Amino acid sequence: MLTCMRFLLLFSRQGKLRLQKWFTPMSEREKKKIIRDMTTMVLARQPRSCNFLHWKDLKVIYKRYASLYFCLAIENQENELIALEVIHRYVELLDKYFGNVCELDIIFNFEKAYFILDEFLIGGEIQETSKQMVNRSIEASDMLQETMEEYMSKPAF
Amino acid sequence: MSPSVPLQEMIRAIRSARTQCEERGVIQRECAAIRAQFRQADNGGRSHNLAKLLYVHMLGYPAHFGQMECVRMIASPRYSEKRVGYLGAMMLLDEKQDASLLITNSIKNDLSHSNQYVQSLALCTLACMGSAEMCRDLAPEIDRLLRASNSYIKKKAALCAVHIVRKVHELGELFVPAARSLLSEKNHGVLHGAVVLIIELCEQNPETLERFRKTVPDLVQIMKGLVLSGYSPEHDVAGISDPFLQVRILRLLRILGRNNEGASDSMNDLLAQVATNTDSTKTVGNAVLYETVLTVLDIKSESGLRVLAVNILGRFLLNNDRNIRYIAMTSLQKIVGTDHNAVQRHRGTIVDCLKDQDASVKRRALELSLALVSASNIRSMMKELLLFLSSCPPELRAHAASGIFNAAERYAPSQRWHIDTMLHVLITAGGDVRDETVPNLIQLITNASELHCYTVHKLYRALLLDISQQSLVQVACWCIGEYGDLLLKGDCQETEPVQVTEDDALDALETVLQSHMSSPATRGFALTATMKLSTRITDNVDRIRSIVSIYGSCIDVELQQRAVEYNALFRKYDHMRAAVLERMPVIEKNSPGHTNGESTGEAVKDVPTAKMKQGEPLLLQQPANQVCDLLDLLGGSEETLQPGPAVDCLVSGLSVHAAGTAGGDLLDLLGGFEPAELSPAPQVLAYDKGGVTLTLSCEKQSDTGLTVTLTASNSSDSDLSSFTLQAAVPKSVQLHMKAPSGDSLPARGTAKVTQMVVLNNPNKVNLKMRVRVSYTRQGSPFQDTVQIDSFPGLDAAGQ
Repeated sequence: MLTCMRFLLLFSRQGKLRLQKWFTPMSEREKKKIIRDMTTMVLARQPRSCNFLHWKDLKVIYKRYASLYFCLAIENQENELIALEVIHRYVELLDKYFGNVCELDIIFNFEKAYFILDEFLIGGEIQETSKQMVNRSIEASDMLQETMEEYMSKPAF
Repeated sequence: MSPSVPLQEMIRAIRSARTQCEERGVIQRECAAIRAQFRQADNGGRSHNLAKLLYVHMLGYPAHFGQMECVRMIASPRYSEKRVGYLGAMMLLDEKQDASLLITNSIKNDLSHSNQYVQSLALCTLACMGSAEMCRDLAPEIDRLLRASNSYIKKKAALCAVHIVRKVHELGELFVPAARSLLSEKNHGVLHGAVVLIIELCEQNPETLERFRKTVPDLVQIMKGLVLSGYSPEHDVAGISDPFLQVRILRLLRILGRNNEGASDSMNDLLAQVATNTDSTKTVGNAVLYETVLTVLDIKSESGLRVLAVNILGRFLLNNDRNIRYIAMTSLQKIVGTDHNAVQRHRGTIVDCLKDQDASVKRRALELSLALVSASNIRSMMKELLLFLSSCPPELRAHAASGIFNAAERYAPSQRWHIDTMLHVLITAGGDVRDETVPNLIQLITNASELHCYTVHKLYRALLLDISQQSLVQVACWCIGEYGDLLLKGDCQETEPVQVTEDDALDALETVLQSHMSSPATRGFALTATMKLSTRITDNVDRIRSIVSIYGSCIDVELQQRAVEYNALFRKYDHMRAAVLERMPVIEKNSPGHTNGESTGEAVKDVPTAKMKQGEPLLLQQPANQVCDLLDLLGGSEETLQPGPAVDCLVSGLSVHAAGTAGGDLLDLLGGFEPAELSPAPQVLAYDKGGVTLTLSCEKQSDTGLTVTLTASNSSDSDLSSFTLQAAVPKSVQLHMKAPSGDSLPARGTAKVTQMVVLNNPNKVNLKMRVRVSYTRQGSPFQDTVQIDSFPGLDAAGQ
């Protein structure tokens, strides 16, 4: 099955995984192997190299933001430059939501990071190209959760 | 049992663990607590228990016991629980798990939930991990949502449809109408989803593609709107209006315009507009330009547009951003075959990229440079490539070296240039070249007879400087051995004269022999070269004798054998030494027996012509690979063969008599090299004794292959049993005997025995066959041998 994007990984400079999104079905073993390969490959790159790698039949686009590496694998015929923009857009979304996002935000609120991602990408494709729309949807979902919790008078987690 | 801790406290606890072991302990405790909580009834903390489990899962710990909890949470009426439940389903469940089927019903219900955020969860999860069954089940529902819902849902439904179509191709037909109508939506999210869906439908079904070609004008309109519109705050990215949508539409246009003149024409103007109007100062603009270039090069665009596209790539090559340079080169690589001239215009920039810091850029530049080498630019390109070779990263050296060799071979302007180039490569990157480089270079050198003097001088000097590069040393030794006389003569027009004495030359060779850097193969070269010098020098033959005799007890078996044989050549066969060691003839390229791999200086042993004229004693090493252990047909010094031409003796060097005559009958024999015509196989009587006759006929199968059919018949009055034939042929000929038709020959020729023999004569030696006939007559065994010198249908040379 060919999706535009195959997987998205976020990991720290020590190789600790912070987020993993898989856009095609894969076994746990395969996922673990890919994580190992990606972290090794990306962390070994020189500081001023270009952001594109070849791995098996995929192109891997990676970019470092502060202490986090964002690693996106796309099909061979996809556009690498726009993939860089996809990564950048996701970072902007996180930044807007958390306010000056840093790695700790993503560690302690990992489920929010996933919710945001799921408003931006679905099934390995972009679902919404407007930053504001994504932000509004997240806020509305959060609001829904809180109001429902208040209504049910149960503590929010 | 410790009380469960809110999610963030747990994360803090895990992070503060100082060792892996401690962390494992914390996690085990937490997981036990979570498991217990799962078993309890609803306690309000379910969602954050599952969240904790998902965190633990991300750290790499097993979490499969959470799968059922996900199923339960998804079915919960509470949004917070659904949210985490669906997240868990996407992380822990995939189509291979049984539990995934259990959520199908929940998804179905949630797809028609009154709240769009609940619908959204269901759509997202279905598009993420929906199995083929679930897809089939829910496809109609998705189609309904595609038509009648708000844009928030429509855009997600579109991508859900994409997933469904990828999983179950036949369902594509279902979504075609909806996809078509979605193109008239204004919402960018929906449009983007629609374009992705159409791309998927077109890629899967060529008929659908035909139908969607009609949408090209609409797509062109939408693109125009995006490119020419003013600033739109909602979609603007660094001055480009919705680059994501633009790139996707360009992609669809590419698919629709491919191989179709009409569609390509209608998008020409638009593509030109995008190419010229898009701001290329930021990456995002370049992303759109890149997609445009790819589209232009893939469809049937007019030549002006193609040139524009290649020029954009050329501009990319000069961009400061390394990423842009890299993708420019990958794209140029793809079109260097089809648009060669256009790419040649940017050759200068490409060659400059060889000096880039980035390894990926360097690699791309190398491949592109090699592809751009042509007869007109070979000299300047080679200068750049050789410069690159001396400083390139080690992982690229082998590729660079072989690329340089190929280029040199195809476009070398002169032999001297070619030799110089190959020597340069060997000096710079000798360790990274392929095995066949050494015999190739030797062959090249022998062919350039006017340059022998120059070459040997150059190699001698290189040898003095550095004996660590094995390939270079091997070639140098071979040349010194072969052309030592030219080296010692001293004067050479092409280089400055250098006085080399016999001792100097022998010193150089001995250094190679004794150095621990020399591989066994290299030492073999050096020893043979030393031996060859014995006929080319006058004063120091004794020194050579002593070197050779020392190596007679060398631990390396190969060297020892050579030394022993050379010793024998000195002692017993001194009269033959000059002939044996004389100058080699020109080696023909790609002779059939030419083998690569271990180049031991006996590259010559695989060459037909050389074999005919010289018997290198080392040919004795050839294993007897004949089927039978019969007489060495042409080997064995004891054999007294009938006075055949000297060519018989080539296999066993020691029985060379008068082989010093490099001309004479040998050449005449070699003269008959025309392939024999395929005429109907005549029969020839090869043997007739005691009533037993043997006739043979042959048929040429190929240039070197031959099938001989032996037919035996018995005209005597007694039956013959256990009738067998054995055959032997010269050493270089390959023989394969097929099964005989039988082994009894009844009397009075009532039945015959036939046997086929398949021969392969790759070196085109004079073909002879010795046949041994054995049978039992009236209880007593009988044996006889016959030699067959001429084969019917072949000329005198046995061809």
